[in-house]
Amino acid sequence: MSELRKIGALWYREVLRYWREKSRIVSSLILPLLWLLVFGSGMRNVALPGVDNYQVFIFPGILGMTLLFTSIWSGVSIIWDREFGFLKEIMVAPVSRTSIVIGKALGSGTSALIQGFILLPLSFLIGIRLAPQSVLLLIPIMILLAIGLVCVGLLLASLMNSMEGFNFIMSLVIMPMFFTSGALFPISSAPGWLQVFSYFNPLTYGVDLLRWATTAGTVTTLPAYAEAILLIGFAAAMIVACSYTFNIKK
Amino acid sequence: MLTAKVMKQLYAIEIFSLTKRYGKILALDQLNLKIEPGEVFGLLGPNGAGKTTAISMLCTVNSPTSGTAQVNGYDIRRQAGKVRRSIGIVFQDPSIDDRLTGRENMMLHATLYDIGSAAAKKRIGELLDLVGLSDRADSPMKTYSGGMRRRLELARGLLHSPRVLFLDEPTLGLDPQTRQHLWSHIEELARQSNITVILTTHYMEEAERLCSRVGIIDIGRIKVVDTPANLIGALKGDVVTVVTGRPADFLARIKELNFTHHVEAIDSTLRLHVSDAEKKVPMIVELAAANQIELKSVSIHKPTLNDVFLYYTGKEIRSEEAENELRSKMRALGRIR
Repeated sequence: MSELRKIGALWYREVLRYWREKSRIVSSLILPLLWLLVFGSGMRNVALPGVDNYQVFIFPGILGMTLLFTSIWSGVSIIWDREFGFLKEIMVAPVSRTSIVIGKALGSGTSALIQGFILLPLSFLIGIRLAPQSVLLLIPIMILLAIGLVCVGLLLASLMNSMEGFNFIMSLVIMPMFFTSGALFPISSAPGWLQVFSYFNPLTYGVDLLRWATTAGTVTTLPAYAEAILLIGFAAAMIVACSYTFNIKK
Repeated sequence: MLTAKVMKQLYAIEIFSLTKRYGKILALDQLNLKIEPGEVFGLLGPNGAGKTTAISMLCTVNSPTSGTAQVNGYDIRRQAGKVRRSIGIVFQDPSIDDRLTGRENMMLHATLYDIGSAAAKKRIGELLDLVGLSDRADSPMKTYSGGMRRRLELARGLLHSPRVLFLDEPTLGLDPQTRQHLWSHIEELARQSNITVILTTHYMEEAERLCSRVGIIDIGRIKVVDTPANLIGALKGDVVTVVTGRPADFLARIKELNFTHHVEAIDSTLRLHVSDAEKKVPMIVELAAANQIELKSVSIHKPTLNDVFLYYTGKEIRSEEAENELRSKMRALGRIR
């Protein structure tokens, strides 16, 4: 029970930190808006099977992108905690490493979720009518995706000594994950070698499930239940990997 | 049952051949030490001597390469959780969350140490009073000055009523006034409760004022352990400090006179431990004149803990720069954090 309270306290800290940085919340919305309103409008008339127009197609992709960026950076931000010492306070406290990872993942996941929710009303702007049950389905998908991705960020952070790896992460992890996830084009229209990358990319299943929820079940690559299992497996595996990494004393 | 526990705990800390190696660097070599409950023990040493390494192993943040220790009767290797619950720590580097307020930082700590929220609120109030931060408790940490942060960290380290408190360079980088202020807090604490305090410092004044016993450590090895008074008393006579342009030549001449108990040469400064210094100074000056060696200054003083420190480590406090270099090397090697 006490571990739950501790996870709660660590979660609360993450959310407080996020909430106190209003300027970052606003600035991180600019990129998705550009994709959706500028890129999406320009490509609006590209015909794709199963959706009315291109904007409807990329909306879940942009939602996934926002989760990707927010979550990975929030995981990597543990480097700041390490640099500025707060991590020591947590590491020396009588709390298990697994709880630290879960607290961090849930806290960052919550921030990513809020970010995603701020984007949801935009769907009306581009002509998507989200049914209430669609919104309900989006929540667990976003949470799972965010948790898995935060842990990816934490793992990357454990490999880095300072924030100097910023560009490396951006160009070798985040952007490739984004481009091969099917956020901007259907994977089925990509050449075979690229599809291989997509199938190994966990974001693919996240984006596809988000698309499945926003288009009321009409568009999926794999069956939704299979993708859900893959996503749950991804989040769980990442938490285990992070706890393991954190348990090795540095 | 109770007596068995008391019997078992003769020492607050008992260290057995504690050793830590980072690749080729031997950061701590076979440290053996016993610290009694209620002591204020100072671990002195130049930067990079192994003080922080020792503390971080005692706090279970870092694991020993070999050897072990018992803190409050718990083994640091096998009972890390129990050790953690029974100790408080103020780290050398700040370890508070900047975006949270003082009170929020304290509340988080209370939860992590299983203190119920009602009890926590009461104790946080008392401790903030103790360190004089009650009026600033609800301001974000980033508005705090360096001294205020340290005071908050001290209060936070005491929150879960630890039996042993570790202070790693508690006054590093603080202005003299704030330092005095923090010292009185620590003295007050040691007087009022039976808490054992282990502090590392390279300020000799700090050690002399606060510590009941000190251990001097250099290049990973403990050189001597005793009370500051005994250590100072053990240095015979006075210290004569001579500054000259040709220290090596002059040192060779001095040695011929055969009246020094001990000499240290640091750059152009010679420090001579002699008895009856008042009578020796004229001889030293004459010797210099006879050999046409120019003396820039000569002074006498009674030994202090600083002289004890120089006696055992043979060096002045190393520069911050060298320290940071070593630490970044160690971080790269073994990721000390």
